[in-house]
Amino acid sequence: MKSCVLMAYVPDTASVIKVAAAGNRIEEADIKWIVSPYDEYALEEAIRLKEAKGAPVTVLTYGPERAQQGLRECLARGADAAVHVKGGEGTFGDALAIAKVLAAAVRKSGPFDIIFAGIQGVGSDNALVGAMVAELLDVPHVTGVVKLEIGDGAITAHREIEGGTEVVTAPLPCVVTAQKGLNEPRYPSLKGIMAAKKVAIQAFVPADLGVDEGALAGAGATCRWKALALPPAKSGGVILKGEEDPAAAARELARLLREQAKAI
Amino acid sequence: MPAASLDLFAIEELLSDEERMVRDTVRNWVRERVLPHIEAWAWEERFPRELVPEMAGLNLFGATLKEYGLPGLTNVAYGLVMQELERGDSGLRSFVSVQSALVMHPIMTWGSQEQKDRWIPRLAAGEAVGCFGLTEPDFGSNPGAMRTRAFRDGDGWVLGGEKAWITNGSIADVAVVWARDDDGVVRGFLVERGAPGFTAVDHKGKYSLRAAVTSQLVLADCRVPESSRLPGAAGLKCPLGCLTQARYGIAWGALGSALATFHAALDYAKTRVQFGGRPIASHQIIQERLVWMANEITKAQLMVWRLGRLKDEGKATFVQVSQAKRNSCWVARECARLAREIHGANGIVNEFPIMRHMMNIESVYTYEGTHDMHTLILGEHLTGIPAFMPPIESRE
Ligand SMILES: Cc1cc2nc3c(=O)[nH]c(=O)nc-3n(C[C@H](O)[C@H](O)[C@H](O)COP(=O)(O)OP(=O)(O)OC[C@H]3O[C@@H](n4cnc5c(N)ncnc54)[C@H](O)[C@@H]3O)c2cc1C
Ligand SMILES: Cc1cc2nc3c(=O)[nH]c(=O)nc-3n(C[C@H](O)[C@H](O)[C@H](O)COP(=O)(O)OP(=O)(O)OC[C@H]3O[C@@H](n4cnc5c(N)ncnc54)[C@H](O)[C@@H]3O)c2cc1C
Repeated sequence: MKSCVLMAYVPDTASVIKVAAAGNRIEEADIKWIVSPYDEYALEEAIRLKEAKGAPVTVLTYGPERAQQGLRECLARGADAAVHVKGGEGTFGDALAIAKVLAAAVRKSGPFDIIFAGIQGVGSDNALVGAMVAELLDVPHVTGVVKLEIGDGAITAHREIEGGTEVVTAPLPCVVTAQKGLNEPRYPSLKGIMAAKKVAIQAFVPADLGVDEGALAGAGATCRWKALALPPAKSGGVILKGEEDPAAAARELARLLREQAKAI
Repeated sequence: MPAASLDLFAIEELLSDEERMVRDTVRNWVRERVLPHIEAWAWEERFPRELVPEMAGLNLFGATLKEYGLPGLTNVAYGLVMQELERGDSGLRSFVSVQSALVMHPIMTWGSQEQKDRWIPRLAAGEAVGCFGLTEPDFGSNPGAMRTRAFRDGDGWVLGGEKAWITNGSIADVAVVWARDDDGVVRGFLVERGAPGFTAVDHKGKYSLRAAVTSQLVLADCRVPESSRLPGAAGLKCPLGCLTQARYGIAWGALGSALATFHAALDYAKTRVQFGGRPIASHQIIQERLVWMANEITKAQLMVWRLGRLKDEGKATFVQVSQAKRNSCWVARECARLAREIHGANGIVNEFPIMRHMMNIESVYTYEGTHDMHTLILGEHLTGIPAFMPPIESRE
């Protein structure tokens, strides 16, 4: 058995985001990059599978040079091999283009019995790539998984749906996207970090996989980011003075909640 | 206005990818597992023993060693581990310093194969805790005058004496005890928990390092076999060599404390409003304090980084280690005070980390050679004149 984890290297959720001069990208200069938190759940699940059944873990990313550091982090946590498809500048934020590259990379480095992705990538938060990769590979997928059992040739997955939990079975190979709650990701160990340094990362460009990145980014693009804007600054808030006439203050609060905030 | 990067001298670029990853891993662990509880632990005077297996899982014990499948970190990476632990609390950093530099290091350096095989894997896994007994109630800065004795007795030894201020003393499974033998030579012994005549009692009422255990060790005719003696250790230079290892880590660790108080002060100064609706950070006096802290931290970081690289090259000297330990502890102590001032009344309560760091740093300033001792070491280095013994008036 072999597993693959699709890993997106994304801006740290704690970073202060600024819009770049071009207007349709974020300013990358002072950003710290991290393994997308949902992909940490995906990786942890793959490592647990390895611990239980000896299934080696390959981590796969499509992105610029810096994404290699994300692969090292995954190796430090216990992944066995890493594949870096270099590129992604022109296909930024285009889920289908990304999925096409990833599906080609999976074909090249596979076969895998199970492919893990995050439910969504922090930053673009699209929740598309995992399912698209599955379609392109023509295998089943289960998204938003919070509990997973892997049997012989099939999985049983619990996924959160509106107001309940859905229990799904699917044959292997398949794609599973990880939701918060699936597991508690481990910290890398210092030993893992030092060992990760020695693992050779396999590098490709999309052309090596038979993918024309220029076409995906140009005429073939399915999504273009036009403009980004920061949310409006928060206003200072209103403080109602309630010491003298609490009843009047409560009435005023109810009125504001209904008429201004439209919360009740 | 957004604050500019604090790393004005691009010290980040002096670190390798692995070193940064090591640092960030420990930083995240401290943020998630230590910071939410540390004020309570310090208040209750409790060492969080439950964290020992987690620290072992991260490979924090003996992290510079390569043997026994240990990580073999660079000295800079090890220093960054110390920095991040002490950014959380000096007590946790002290625990790791003692386990690694004062227990695993002497066993690896002077121990027999049997001693190494018995202790290193267990200490690395956190299944055993170690302590280091050099200081005595009457001899701190001058350990060479120690009274603890080791008498030859048939095929073993009898140890007699007292050790004081021993980190991890009462929770240790193995104590590295230094004692003088019949010939006046200082020797090291691995005394195990439960050895006859060996007891440990905690120092009570500490205002400092409250989240760490500090104990007195009593060796009352404590019989130990010859196999418990560190065969390679002879002379005071051995325990002093251990201290050089530990001091190196402290030089980094203390900067973690300085970073914690500095960042707390910077955040507070930008949000606390006084006079004319403006944050106190808009006052020149407050800015001067913040600049002092940032400036000294930057200088100290460059010093410990350089020291780490020299150590990796096998070129670091104990004099350099003394200088760095002395400087970092001083910087951290001053930062804690300045941060306390900036926090006003809030600086005295445990909703903010300031007083805990301020009290902790008093121990760090004192142990592993007081600030004064390092001044004298540097003074001797500069002048060639040792000034440890006070001059005695002539009796002519
Ligand atoms: C709670 C929720 C509600 C939604 N509601 C709506 C709705 O009402 N209407 C609607 O139209 N849509 C909705 N959506 C869907 C969503 O907003 C869009 O469909 C979306 O436009 C596109 O996807 P993403 O998949 O690009 O990939 P991402 O979400 O960015 O990534 C998912 C995963 O793919 C992998 N991956 C991504 N990029 C890479 C890479 N470069 N290298 C390696 N692996 C990678 C990672 O494993 C990652 O975790 C919802 C989504 C969610 C989660
Ligand atoms: C929390 C804590 C944990 C500790 N953990 C350990 C441990 O694990 N193992 C261990 O062995 N020890 C440990 N120590 C002991 C520590 O190393 C000693 O406290 C330290 O060496 C100072 O010794 P002292 O307290 O006896 O002070 P003293 O030596 O009595 O010094 C008192 C003062 O006199 C000054 N002074 C002394 N001699 C001179 C001189 N010649 N010239 C100028 N000034 C001088 C000193 O600088 C100091 O200011 C610990 C201490 C503390 C507080």
